[in-house]
Amino acid sequence: MAGLSLDLIAVQLFAGLALGAIYVLFAIGLSLIFGMLTVVNFAHGAFFMVGAYVGLFVLMMGGNFWLALVVVPLAVGIIGLIVERFLVRPLYGRGIDYPLLLTFGLSYIMVELIRIAFGKTGYPFDTPELLQGAVDIGIGYFPLYRLFVLGAATVVLLVLWLFLEKTSFGLIIRAGARDPQIVRVLGVDASRVWLVVFGIGTGIAGLAGVLAAPLQGVIPEMGSTILAEAFVVTVVGGMGSIGGAVVAGLLVGIVVSMTSLFAPEMAKVSIFALMAIVLLVRPQGFFGRAGLMS
Amino acid sequence: MKTTSSKFITRRRLLTTVGTGAVLAASPFRINVVRADEPTIKVGFPTPLTGPYGTEAQDQVRAAQVAIAEFNDAGGLNGRKAELLVRDSKLNPGEAATRTLELIEKDKVNFVVGSLSASVQLAVNNITKERKIIFNSISQSDEINEAKDFSRYTFHEALNPHLTAGAVGRYVFPKFGKKVAFLTADYAYGHQMVRGFQEAGKAFGIQTVIDVRHPLGTSDFSTLLPRIQALKPDVLCISNFGRDQQISLKQATDFGLKKSMKIVAPILLYTGRLAAGAQAFDGVIGGTSYYWGIEDKVASAKVFNDRFRKMNDGKVPSDYGAMGYTGVKVVLEGAKAAGSLDPEKVIPAIEALKYDYYKGPEYYRKCDHQAVQSVLIIESKSKPEKGPADVFNVIATDEPSEKNLRTCAELGFKS
Repeated sequence: MAGLSLDLIAVQLFAGLALGAIYVLFAIGLSLIFGMLTVVNFAHGAFFMVGAYVGLFVLMMGGNFWLALVVVPLAVGIIGLIVERFLVRPLYGRGIDYPLLLTFGLSYIMVELIRIAFGKTGYPFDTPELLQGAVDIGIGYFPLYRLFVLGAATVVLLVLWLFLEKTSFGLIIRAGARDPQIVRVLGVDASRVWLVVFGIGTGIAGLAGVLAAPLQGVIPEMGSTILAEAFVVTVVGGMGSIGGAVVAGLLVGIVVSMTSLFAPEMAKVSIFALMAIVLLVRPQGFFGRAGLMS
Repeated sequence: MKTTSSKFITRRRLLTTVGTGAVLAASPFRINVVRADEPTIKVGFPTPLTGPYGTEAQDQVRAAQVAIAEFNDAGGLNGRKAELLVRDSKLNPGEAATRTLELIEKDKVNFVVGSLSASVQLAVNNITKERKIIFNSISQSDEINEAKDFSRYTFHEALNPHLTAGAVGRYVFPKFGKKVAFLTADYAYGHQMVRGFQEAGKAFGIQTVIDVRHPLGTSDFSTLLPRIQALKPDVLCISNFGRDQQISLKQATDFGLKKSMKIVAPILLYTGRLAAGAQAFDGVIGGTSYYWGIEDKVASAKVFNDRFRKMNDGKVPSDYGAMGYTGVKVVLEGAKAAGSLDPEKVIPAIEALKYDYYKGPEYYRKCDHQAVQSVLIIESKSKPEKGPADVFNVIATDEPSEKNLRTCAELGFKS
C-alpha cells in the first residue's frame, strides 16, 4: 500500500464524513415522509432532480446560487404539496403499495417532463465563485464547497429537529405519526399535517438536488442513483427514524470512503453489503420501529 | 388461335402497363414504385439512442444522414439510392444483437454501420460476420482488431484505445513528467486505455504510482481523490467515458488537483465538455478522432462541417458523431467503387480506398481492417472564444502511421 499515511487516513475519514452528510441530506426527506406518513416515496429521486433543474432555471433567469437555495425548496415543496393533495391523498388507508406504485410512476413522468423541457443532454452547473477551490484543513486539502454542503446539511437537520421537537406544530406531526385517529378526535385536521410533512420532505429533496448540482452537474437521470443511496441509508438507519438516517448516512459515507482507499472497485457494492449485514443482524435497522411496514 | 390470344393479352397488358405507368408518373407515389423495382441500398445503424451515451448516438445518426444525403445527391449507385435504418441498441449487447439480426433477416440490409461501446460492437460483429454482412464499427475497441474477433467482413473506422492512449501518452509524458497516476473506469474501455498509456510510456520510462479503478457510473469521486493527491504524481490519466468523465473532472478540479498535476484523458469528448462546462475541463489534455475546429486547416473537414451545419440548424458535429458520417460513407463509396453490393466485391474495394472524407488521409490496414488515421491532441479552453462550440485547442496531431498500431502479428494474424 504505497503512500498510506496517518494524514491520508484522517483525510479519508473526513471525506467519508462529508460524503455521509450528503447522503443524510439525500435521505432525510425520504425518511421524514415515510416516518410520518408511511408513504414510500419512490419519486424522491425525481424531486431531487427537479430541485437541481429549478436551481438551473434560476441561474438561467439571471439569478445566483444563493437565490436558488431559497427558491428551490419552496418551489419543489409546492410541487410536493400539489402531489400530496391530488395524487397521494386519495390513496391513504389503502395499504403501503398504492402510494409506492403511484410515486414510482410519477418519477418517470417527472423525468420525462424535464427531458421535454430541458432536453436529454446534461447542463453544467458551476460551483458558486465564493466557494470555489480547495482549502487546507490541517490534514490536507479539501474542496471548500463540500465543507459548505456539510454545513448546510447540519443546518437543515438542526432546523428540522427544532421544528419537530420544539414547536407545537411539530408536536402535532409527531402525534399524528403515532396515532392519527386520536389526533383527529382531539380536533386536529390530520390531513393538513400530512400535506405539510409531504411538502417539507419534497422541499428538502429539492434543496439536496440544488446542493448536489455543483458537485456533479445536472442531468435528468441524476435522481436514480441517489434514490438507491437514500433507500440504503433509510433502511440501515431504520425506516422512519430521522436520527437513524443521520447515523446511517454518516456510517455509509465512512464505509464507502474506507473501501475506496483499500478496494476502490468495491466502493459501490460496499453500500449494499453494509445494508445486507445490518438487515441480517437487525431487520428493523438501527432505530427503526418494528412493524411499520405492515 | 393460340397466337392471337397471346397477342391479344400482350396488347392488353401493354395497354394497362402504359396506362398505370402514365398515372403513376404523374402521382407522388412514383418514387415508391421505382423503389419497388430497384430496392434501395439499406444501411442498418444500431446505436444506443437511449441511455447514458444517447447524446453521442443521436449525433452519430445526424452525421450518418449527411453521408446518405451526399450519396443520393450524387446519383447513388447507378441511380440506386441509399437509406439509413436506425435501431436503438439501448447500450445492451443482447439488444444490439437482436436488432442487428432483425435488420439482416427482416429488413435485408446491405451493410451494418454503427454501435457505441466496446461490448456492443463485439456483439454486433458476431452477428454480421456469421451472416457475411459488412460491418463498419464506429466505436473504440482493441478486441475488434484481434484475430479472434476479426473477420474479413469487419471494418473499424473508429480509433482504438491502443492508438488513442498511445498518441496522448507520447505527447504528454515527455512534457509533464514520469510519475503517473491512473483513475480508471473498471471495465474493458478503461483497462485498454491504461494498457495503451503504459505501453506508450515504456519509451519514456514512466512509473505508475497508482491505478485506482472505480465502478462504472460513479457519481462521487471525493473518496478516491485524496489518495491520488497524496502520492503527488506529475500526470493523472483519467480513463472513463460519458458522465463518469464529466463528474470526475469536475470533482478533481474542486479538489485542486490541477494545481499540482496535469490531468489527461485518452478521449476528451466534445459533448461531455458542453455538458460539464468550461471550468471542469479547463486545461485538461486529451485525444480525439475529430474536432470541428480543424476546418481552418483541413479542407474536407470544412466541407463536411458545412453540410452538417446546413442539415442541423448550424450545429457542428461531435467527435463520435462524425464517425457516423465516415462509417456510412466508406461502405457506400466502397459499393460505388465495386459497382456492386456483393460483399465479396465491396470488401476489396474498401481495402483499396485511400480516402479523405473529413479529417485528412485515411486507409484501412489489410490485416485487421483498422482505419489508419490521425489522432488529434486537444486541450480544453478555459473559456469559449468564438461562440459556444469553440471549446478545444488542437495542440498537436499524431499523424496516421501503422507504426502506432499493434502489429498484425501481435494481433494474432498469420502473415
